[in-house]
Parts: sequence; C-alpha cells; structure tokens
Amino acid sequence: MMSNVQGSQAWSSIFRPGSIFRKGYSDSPRNRSYVIMNSVLYHLHPVKVKRHAVKVSYTLCLGGLSFFLFILLTVTGIFLMFFYRPTAAQAWDDIYTLQTSVAFGLLVRNMHRWAAHLMVIAVFLHMARVFYHGAYKPPREFNWVIGVILLTLTLLLSFTGYLLPWDQLALWAVTVGTNMMGFTPVFGDQVRFVLLGSVEIGTDTLLRWYVLHVLMLPFVIVIFMAIHFWRVRKDGGISGPL
Amino acid sequence: MAEVPEHLLKRAQQARDRAQAQKGGGDAVAPESSGAPASGPSTGPKIPDHLLDRSKSARQQAASAGTAPATAAAATAPMPVGPAAPEPTGPGGGTQRLLTVVKSGSIQDVKATPTDKVHVWPHLLVVEFVAALVVTAFTLIFAIFVNAPLLELANFNETPNPSKAPWYFLGLQELLTMFHPMVAGVTIPGIALFLLILAPYVDRGPGKRPEDRKFAISLMTIHLMFWAILVLIGSFFRGPGFNFVFPWEAGLFFDL
Repeated sequence: MMSNVQGSQAWSSIFRPGSIFRKGYSDSPRNRSYVIMNSVLYHLHPVKVKRHAVKVSYTLCLGGLSFFLFILLTVTGIFLMFFYRPTAAQAWDDIYTLQTSVAFGLLVRNMHRWAAHLMVIAVFLHMARVFYHGAYKPPREFNWVIGVILLTLTLLLSFTGYLLPWDQLALWAVTVGTNMMGFTPVFGDQVRFVLLGSVEIGTDTLLRWYVLHVLMLPFVIVIFMAIHFWRVRKDGGISGPL
Repeated sequence: MAEVPEHLLKRAQQARDRAQAQKGGGDAVAPESSGAPASGPSTGPKIPDHLLDRSKSARQQAASAGTAPATAAAATAPMPVGPAAPEPTGPGGGTQRLLTVVKSGSIQDVKATPTDKVHVWPHLLVVEFVAALVVTAFTLIFAIFVNAPLLELANFNETPNPSKAPWYFLGLQELLTMFHPMVAGVTIPGIALFLLILAPYVDRGPGKRPEDRKFAISLMTIHLMFWAILVLIGSFFRGPGFNFVFPWEAGLFFDL
C-alpha cells in the first residue's frame, strides 16, 4: 500500500528526487543533508552550520523567535480579521463581540496582544545580543542596518495595531504618539495629516492604520526579513565564536 | 593538510594494481603507446615547445630513474594517481602526460579553513522547534490567564488622566517632560536611530571579544539603560497629570 503510494506519479510529483519522503528516512549523514537540501527549508538554512551556532547560550534563539512570533502574529491576526471592521462605528463593537460570542475569540485576541509585546521585546533583545557579541563587524555591517530597519518596522507594526480596538486606551495612546510626530521640523503638519488621514484621529485614521497594520507593513517587513536572513547565510552564518 | 578520504585511497590502490597487472601482461602494448606522441603532431602545435621539451626530458629522467619520480609526483598531486610506469594510454590511444603539478596555495588562495560543523537537521532544527514550542506555550498560557485590555469605547470628549503612549514609546513621552516636543519626539529618537545604524561603521576595532571593546560595550550599555530607565519611570512612576508618583503609594497607571 505505502509503496504503491510512494511509487505513484502524484507522490513523486510532490516530492522532488532526493526528498526523504520518497524513499523514507533512516538516520545517515546523507539523509541528514537531504532533509534540508531537498526541502523548502533550504531557503532558510544551509545543510551544516558551525557547531557553536547551535548553542542556545550564544543566540538565546532571539532572532529565530522574533521571526516565529511574527508568524504567530500573522496566524492569530488573520483569525481576528474575520471578525473586525475598521470603522469608528463598528470597530469596538466587533472586538467586544469577538470576545464575548466567538469561540476562542478572547483567547486569540489575547495571544495576538501578548505575542505583539513579546515580539517587540524579542527584537530589542536580539539587537542587544548582536551588539554585545560584536556581530555587526565586517562583513555583517549592512545586515545590522537592515536589522535596525526591522526594529523600526516592528515598532510601527505594534503601534498601528494599538489603535485598532478603538477604545480609550487606543485612542489616547495614539493621540500622544502622533502629536509627537506632528513636531517633525518643516513638514510636521503634513506628516501628521498623512498618518491620520485627517487633521484629527477618526474613522479615516482607523482605516488607514488598519491597512498599514494588516497589509502594507507586513509586506514591507517580510521583504526586509528575506534580505536579513539571506545576508546571515551569505555573510558566513551567524558570527562567533568569540 | 586534510586527510585523504578512504574511497580515494582505495581508488588509487586499484589503479596501481591495474597498472601493475598491465605491466606484467602486456609488454607489447607499451612500446606501441610510447610511440604515440610522435604520431600525434596534429595536436603538437597547440603545446608550446618548451613544455614539450620539459616533458621529454622528464620522461627521459623517469626512464633512467625507474618509477620513483612518478610516485613522487603522485604524492604532490591532489588526486593520487598510480605510478605511471608504462605510459598510460588514453581512451583514444593517445598518451596522457602530466603537464604540471599545481601545489595548493601557489595560484589558488585557499581561504576556507576547516571548521567544526554539525548538520542543521537534527541539531539546529530540534532546538528551533523546541524554542518555538516553548514560546507558543508561554503565549497561550499567558493569554488564558491574562486578558488583553479593552477599555470603554473611544471618546474624544473624555481625556483619561494620565494619557500614556504604548510602553515602548514611554521613554519618548518621558523626554517630553524635559524638552520641547520637537527635541523629545523627533530630534533625540532620530539621532539615536541614526547612531544605531552607524554603529558598525563607527566601531571599527577588529576585536569581537568583550575585553577588546570595553568602550563600545560601556556606551551601548549606558544607552540601553538610559531608555530602559526612562520607560520604567514613564510606565510605573507617572500618575495623574503625568506627575511623578510611587506605584506602591498611588497605584499603577499602566495598561499594556
């Protein structure tokens, strides 16, 4: 039965030659290489890494966990999108309904919220870790620059999401934040107007920040993450050992 | 120098045995093949004269000294070849000659030094998987027990006191109490971000070890502590009117 399936054209069209799903996996150096080499993971990981690179005490997994939290936030965020309309008249009610009458609604919203704060912390700690290891030294200078951009984008993602529940906390936190941006020299008022979609925070702001939060910023951050991960490999894997 | 892999050694041994057998059994073949270079003048013009001379003299030397030089050449060659005692013939009957031996490091710059490596599967993937599971479990359990805040509907006519930005911007809000909004909200964070980007281009010392970068590490630690303290003060020590309070006296004015 199993060999019939594995011999079928459908099966071999799904799994490329060399995939461990074609012939089955038995532990050997060759198969260990094939797991990475013949799967989509090859986009992320090389077949082998320096021995010290797998030591948890060196990286604390912070970069990888930032990425994982981003995935977790995407999954929970997609769930939330099914129940949310970004208008001043509906947003708060939608969240309230989500919490009170949607199965797992409250839980998923909680997870989204806490994972978001956790991601800001993880990205920040990742930056500190990289600094203290001197890991931004040549040839990794530019990847540090990308990293700072990713940190900024993470903060913007978190901040745009902050407004969406449209409660008192959201409204006034964002008011404080955007008032500060209004003091940008020369074109401060314009910056503020573009951000708010209006002179004051309102339903236009909500739509604008919603699109930024669920579409534009994730799109941009994914591009920068792709460059970031690619550069990690091209610059010879993670730095060290010290 | 890396060790010669076992399968290459085996292959070399087999080639040597084969050559030995040919030498014993087919003496008649050898003279025929040694005449081959003379019969192939069509390829001659492509090979510079001095190289031909050199190989000719080398062959004479080899003939006089027996098989010893050939084995010496085999030792320096990257791929071990058997002692080419009778001129080995190529597939078309032509003679194979050793044109030159390139020692490693003479024209190639060998940069890669052997490093201790491990397979990503399972060593790295298992660690990543466990880390992801731990974070998922932590988030899930935290989400079960602690609810995300949902205050009453946004109301433009009722400003909460105090109004606070999200926690990661509270350092900036704290600066607002000391500086003009343009300085606190734009100039200082802008400069901080700019310096952060410039860090690898400014910190040019070659060392990565902490003891070689005392200045850089002190500066960064001061910088991080500066923001951490501002955020902590803004989060927990600011009450109504954004005035300084002690949380154990006035209570918490902080929502995540």
